[in-house]
Parts: sequence; structure tokens; C-alpha cells
Amino acid sequence: MVKVTVDGLPVEVPAGSSALQACEAAGKEIPRFCYHERLSVAGNCRMCLVEVSGGRKPVASCGFPIGEGMHIFTDTEVVRRARRAVMEFLLINHPLDCPICDQGGECDLQDQAFGYGADHSRYRENKRAVTDKYLGPLVKTVMTRCIQCTRCIRFSTEIAGVPELGGVSRGENLEITNYVEKALTSELSGNLIDICPVGALTSQPYAFTARSWELRRTDSIDVCDAVGTNIVMHARGAAVLRIVPRINDEVNEEWLSDKGRFVVDGFRRRRLDRPWGRVDGRLQPASWQDAFSTIATRLKNVPGERIGAIAGDMCDAESMMALKDLMETLGSSNIDCRQDGAKYDTSRRDFYTFNSGITGIEDADALLIVGTIPRQEAPVLNARIRKRFLAAGRGGFPIAMIGAPNADPTYAATVLGEGPDTLAKLAAGELPFADVLKNAKNPMVIVGHGALTRPDGQAIAKACWDLAVQVGAITAGWHGFNVLHTAASRVAGLDLGLVPGTGGRDVAGMLDGGVDVLWLLGADEFATDRIGPETFVIYQGHHGDAGAARADVILPGTLYAEKPGTYTNTEGRVQEAFRAIMPPGDAREDWRILRAFSEVAGRKLPYDTLEALRARMARANPVFGQPAWVRHGTTDTTAPQAGPVSVSSDPFRPVIADYYLTHAVCRASPTMETCSGIYVHPAIEAAE
Amino acid sequence: MSVQPSAPEGAEPTRFEFDSESEQQIATILAKYPPERKASGVLPLLYVVQKQMGRQTGSAWIPRVAMDVVAARLEMAPIRVYEVATFYLMFNTKPIGRYHLQVCTTTSCWLRGSDDVTAACKAATGIRAFGETSADGLFTLTEVECLGACANAPILQVDDDYYEDLDGPRTEELIEALKRGERPTPGPTIDRLNSAPAGGRRVLVDDATHKPQGQG
Repeated sequence: MVKVTVDGLPVEVPAGSSALQACEAAGKEIPRFCYHERLSVAGNCRMCLVEVSGGRKPVASCGFPIGEGMHIFTDTEVVRRARRAVMEFLLINHPLDCPICDQGGECDLQDQAFGYGADHSRYRENKRAVTDKYLGPLVKTVMTRCIQCTRCIRFSTEIAGVPELGGVSRGENLEITNYVEKALTSELSGNLIDICPVGALTSQPYAFTARSWELRRTDSIDVCDAVGTNIVMHARGAAVLRIVPRINDEVNEEWLSDKGRFVVDGFRRRRLDRPWGRVDGRLQPASWQDAFSTIATRLKNVPGERIGAIAGDMCDAESMMALKDLMETLGSSNIDCRQDGAKYDTSRRDFYTFNSGITGIEDADALLIVGTIPRQEAPVLNARIRKRFLAAGRGGFPIAMIGAPNADPTYAATVLGEGPDTLAKLAAGELPFADVLKNAKNPMVIVGHGALTRPDGQAIAKACWDLAVQVGAITAGWHGFNVLHTAASRVAGLDLGLVPGTGGRDVAGMLDGGVDVLWLLGADEFATDRIGPETFVIYQGHHGDAGAARADVILPGTLYAEKPGTYTNTEGRVQEAFRAIMPPGDAREDWRILRAFSEVAGRKLPYDTLEALRARMARANPVFGQPAWVRHGTTDTTAPQAGPVSVSSDPFRPVIADYYLTHAVCRASPTMETCSGIYVHPAIEAAE
Repeated sequence: MSVQPSAPEGAEPTRFEFDSESEQQIATILAKYPPERKASGVLPLLYVVQKQMGRQTGSAWIPRVAMDVVAARLEMAPIRVYEVATFYLMFNTKPIGRYHLQVCTTTSCWLRGSDDVTAACKAATGIRAFGETSADGLFTLTEVECLGACANAPILQVDDDYYEDLDGPRTEELIEALKRGERPTPGPTIDRLNSAPAGGRRVLVDDATHKPQGQG
């Protein structure tokens, strides 16, 4: 630790800190444009000038290393005048279009001009105009507003790992561009909008929609993947207008995937906003009472083992708990939350969670990725892997992949092979990477659903666990066995036991007439065409998609934005989302629908309030009552069950065919449709 | 300062490949850098591209496809090559004429009559302003900053050659010679050896019997 004095205030900061960090530690706000704490230091905007004892001129605090006993002055006449001069320079060419600029109201330049701007300009020359660039359908550019802080260049190069932005030409003519007319190929491109300190990069779909001060902000959790990205829903009236990330260093730092951000325009399209019932083969509008009594009548005299339920990938834990309780009262153990048919040994929680934790990636020193493409399945988590990769330096964080040979992971990864036989070779020590894992202090193995959704999924999970144990990845202080989930609801579903009970049927068993009555809770991602023709299907959900099309009764449920809910991410971290808006029409919170139906069916569920339901969840699994997720290790290295199917040699297949269209909400989103057309379809055509 | 816009529509070739002469040069260049630091060779490689384009098409410029080829060869992101190629004004990112006339107009040359050189260039080629290419496609006129040959001001750099101590008529003569396909000897255009005094040496005349320094 180094002692410095900031404006007379003594502070201690770690050695190697910059003057700006020391000032922050002392609680002094330093204006800045180019400096961003998660990016490398550029030092080109000069807005963060401070005075330092012994210095003859002001220094840029962002790149100025502190020394023992240094005195820093952040608010002297010299500093103020210097910052005013910098601001005047920045404003020479910056247009005065704040009234029509989407950044207005949340613009760093606007805010800082308030503090350091002059009341008039001394320049009579024409302002510089810069042609706008095409960066794809998500990021809108107004390049005349650019102050060339280069944050976007550093973000795309360092965090996103797609070095496609740069500064071409020089001096007066410098332009930020990708130089070629091509959309940015990143699943994190939306974050450019957040890091741009001015209105040069703004959201294309959100353009001219609302002013930042009109919006109501609600904390929520992204359910487009299983990372559990912390988000804020920005709503006005009855509509969520945009989604932005919320800082949580343990999960997403301050990034959000493009799907989680831009899916928002799917919230109000193709919505199920009233109950429907099938009459003479056609869906007809119905009342809640009619819908419930139709179901209750149909359920009469149906034995429990002929009733089944499937929970979808975006469900909150509350509705899944209610669904499970309802099925139990109906005498059914046919319940499943694994639409993709993934296999897990659920006897222990660390058999199906990401045990190292997302922050644990930064402590790992070797990584094996099996049957998953993290860049598509969890872009934000992938950024963490890249962060670790960059921090470790050349060769410091060896990464190997099995499967997905053609994917660019955004970091250097050796592709060892395509199928489970490579895993066996690794376990036998036949590949050099086995020694890399063995010699690592904190080796990590990530197994994904490209492996777990196969018939031999459980056997592969066991092989990965065995390998982890063999290389010393599972110890009292470190748990290097990780399951990367793709469905936001999955871990909560497994925690609550939404898997078939003894003699119960799984998803595949409920299809092809395996059950007479099938309750779908937001379940669209399975072969709905394989539901038996005689099966009576109840679809409870928010979007008219595959499940609703097959349904005999539709019960309008709610989106994650419209209900308070609990979500457990791939680590097993329990997080709470709040209600941002009210559901449309007659739609109701999902657990309330199930609770209300249970009463009509004469099997009343024993909770009337969210608190009572949550208490029930905590009884079902204590993790729901625990406030925080903690890093853990284990000394119990007993492997998960291998399951009945032995390992085949088929290569791993990617689980995501189209990143932009993985669930019902994004299929209803025009923005995601456009992205799919621009990014995914040309790639598919090129491959053919 | 001149602006470096990208090439006009249609000028961009569809592909670029290094020829054998360029490959030889590249081998020499890359031998200077450790393999994992070969991106350092981006400047000389771009220069190789420009030379090859001059040889092959008579217009020494760097098309974007060639930048992509350089990026692939050096295993760097294409945008990093675009940044370098557009930063240095000695790299032409749009097609130029067969002869690149680069007039120095910085203080020394300007005081010694670079305006006359510029006027002569314009008169002889029909070019109206800096940055333009003559109608016959032979000449592109560019204004450049100090070429470091102030002792021989004013200077006109034609491609890589310095023509020094110019005035209006001698500039026109030079351009006429270029039009005829000749390449006059570079250097001072007056009675002068390099940057030695005009009309012979003025000092140390007693030593005239001795072999002068610096001359072979």
C-alpha cells in the first residue's frame, strides 16, 4: 500500500495505482472521457488533469502512477482552467445537437460541460463533419459527435475480442471506423452504447424512443442465458423500452449480451393476453373461469401417472415450485424442467452447477472446455474467460476445447478433438494438455450442453468429473468441475426437484402419447409435434409460439419483466428480479395462475402470498433461503452416476443453431429477427 | 494537410497477390523480427505492396484487398493494418498517376520559391489543385511537409527521387522529360554537387589538389 494525500486527505491505495484511482479512493470525482476502469488506459482525452506536488504542469491522472507521499490536488485554479481548456477543445467540433441526441440526459460530455464548459464558443470556424459508419443493426452511429476517446476501440479489442474497430487517418481527419461496410461480429456489441461517453454510438432499436429521465428503473435478471446477468429494465408507462446492464462484479461486471439487451421489442409482440380454449379444433377466446373448468373437467378421472408437466427455460423458481406442488397434489411424478433432454445426476448440487464460479475463472490457470461454445451460450461469461486469458499474458492461461472446431472463441484455444474419445485420451494422459491440467494449481473443466444433451450425457459428465478429480481440480479450496447451462430456469428447476420422480416420465416419455394431459409452463423448445394427438395440452406462458400453437387451453402468463421472481444462474447463485411493468390484458403471474387453478381443481396449494411461496421454496431447498453465493470446494470426490448409456464416439454438436433466436421472446422480436438475418444466415449459407 | 479517403468506387481490385520480387523482399524484412512479433513488419510490407502496385499497374497505391493480404500474412487484425496505412501519408490509399509529384512547401522551400515549382507543375500537367491527378493519368500532385533537404530548396520529390534547387522553368523541363518517358538523374538541377556550394567550393580552396572529402 502506498500513502498519498489528495486535497489534504490522506489515503492508502495499492502500489501501482494511478493518481485517478487514488482520487477516487479519497472520494474525489475526477471528470474523464477516455478512462474506463475495465479498459486499458489511453490517456488521450486529457479531461482528468490534476496537479501533483513537484510537478510543473498538470498531469493526466488516469495514466499517472502514484508514489509514496505524493500530494495530489484536484481542485486548484490551474486544474480548473486546464479542464476548461480541454472542454473548450472538445467542444470545437462537437455538434450542438443535444436536443435531438439520444444520449441527452445521460451524456458524460453534457454533464461535464455543465461543470467545465464556457457559456459561449470562441470559434467561428465550421465544425468538422464525419460520415456515419455502419456497425450493424444494433449500434447506431452519429460520428460527428465522436470525441475520439477510443473506448469503443479498446472495448471491441480487449473485452469483446473482435478487433474490428480502429482509428483511421490522423489528426483533424481521425475517424473511428471499421473501415469496411460490415456489421460488428460480437455478441457483446450493445455494450459499445453504454461505454460511449457521448452520443456517437447509440442504440439503433431504441433510437428516438424516450428520454432517460422519463424512464422508471427496475432491477431485474436477464433470462436469455443462464449467466444471470444483472440488468435494469427501463420502462415508461406499460412498456419496457430498453434493458441495460447493472454492475455486479461477481456475475457480469458491467456487460450484457446483445440478446439480453435487444430482446426487449419482443415483449409486446405475439403476446398471450387472454385465456383461449380449443373448440371444435379451433382456439376461441375464453374466460379464466371457462379455461379452468375445462381443464378441471378434463382432469377428472385421469390417473396421476397419465398427467405430465414440462417447465420451460425462462421460468422463475416460484412458478416451478407451484407447478411441482400442483403435480404432486394431482398424484403425478411426471415432471421435467429439461426440455433439451439433458442428463444430470441431481443427487448433489455440485454435479450440475458452475462450481468455480464466474469470478473463479480469474483464479484458474488452465481450462478445458467440453461440448460447449461459451461465446454463444454465455457471451458475458466468455468475456470473463477472455479477461483471464489477457491478464495471464502469452501462454499464461492455456485453454483447450473438445468439440466446436470452427467457432472463434475470442481467445487462443487448442482444439483437441471433436468427441468424447478425446476426453478418454486426455484422461489416459495421451495428450500433452493432460500434463498442463495436472501441473495447474487451479485447473477448470467446463462441460456444456453439447455434451449433456446427448443420450450418453451423464456418462460424459462423469468422465469430466473423473478427469477433474484426476488432475486435482476438486479440492477443499477449489472446485474445478463446472456445468455451463444454457437455460435460465434450469438450476432452479433442478434445485426444486423438477425431474421425474420414481417411475415418472421425462420429457421424451411424456411425448408420443406418454401422458393424457400435459401442462406446459412456458415450454416451447422441444419437439411439440411429437406430443401425442390424443394428449390434452395446457399451455401456460407469455408468447404465442410452438407450445401455444399445439395447446388445447392457453393460460396467459407473464414475462420476467412482469413478475417478481427468483432465478438461479449456472453457478447456483440465487438472484431476485422485480416487477418492472404490469402484464398485458388478462395475463397473470404464473404462480398465481397455478394457485388459482389448484383451488378450482379442489386441491388448493397451501400458499396465498409470494412470501409464503418463497418460504415453501426454502423448505424444498435451503439454497433459496440463503442470501449469498459463496465460492466452495469439496473433499468428497465421489463421481456422479454414469447413467445407463455408455459413451459413444459421436462428435459434440453445438446446441445453439441461431444465437439470436433461441426462445419465444426473441423469436417475437423484430430486432433479433434482423440480427439473425444479418449474422447467422450468411454464415450458414457460407458453410454450405 | 491532405486527406486520405478510401479508393473511389470501381478502382479497388478484386484480389491482390505478392509477386516473386515482393516475396523476396518480404523474406528479408520478416527475417528481422521474431516470429511472434512479425506484426512489426507492417510498415515495410505496405511499402512493398505500394511498390508492386507501381510496377504492375503503373499506379503506386495500396488497395484494401492488399491490406487484407498484409494482415493475413502478419497475422494481425485487418483494422490494425488499415489504421497504419491511413495514418502515414506516404501510403496512397487511392490510385495515383504514374509519377507522384510531391512538392515541399514548408518554410525553407517556400522561401526559396516552391510556389513557382507548384505553378510549374500545374502548368505542365494541367492539374488544378493539390491531390488531383492529371487528365492523362501520368501525374498526381501532392503537397508534402519538409522533406529534410532544406539546403537544396526548393525540392520536388518524384516517387522516391529528389530533384533539388528547382525553379519554374527547370521544373517544367523535368516534367516534359518524364512525359517523354525519361528519368533525369536525381539531385541538384544547378551546377552544384549535392549540397556543396553552387559553382564549386568556396573554402579550403588550397586543398583543391587533395582528394575532396565525401566524394569517391
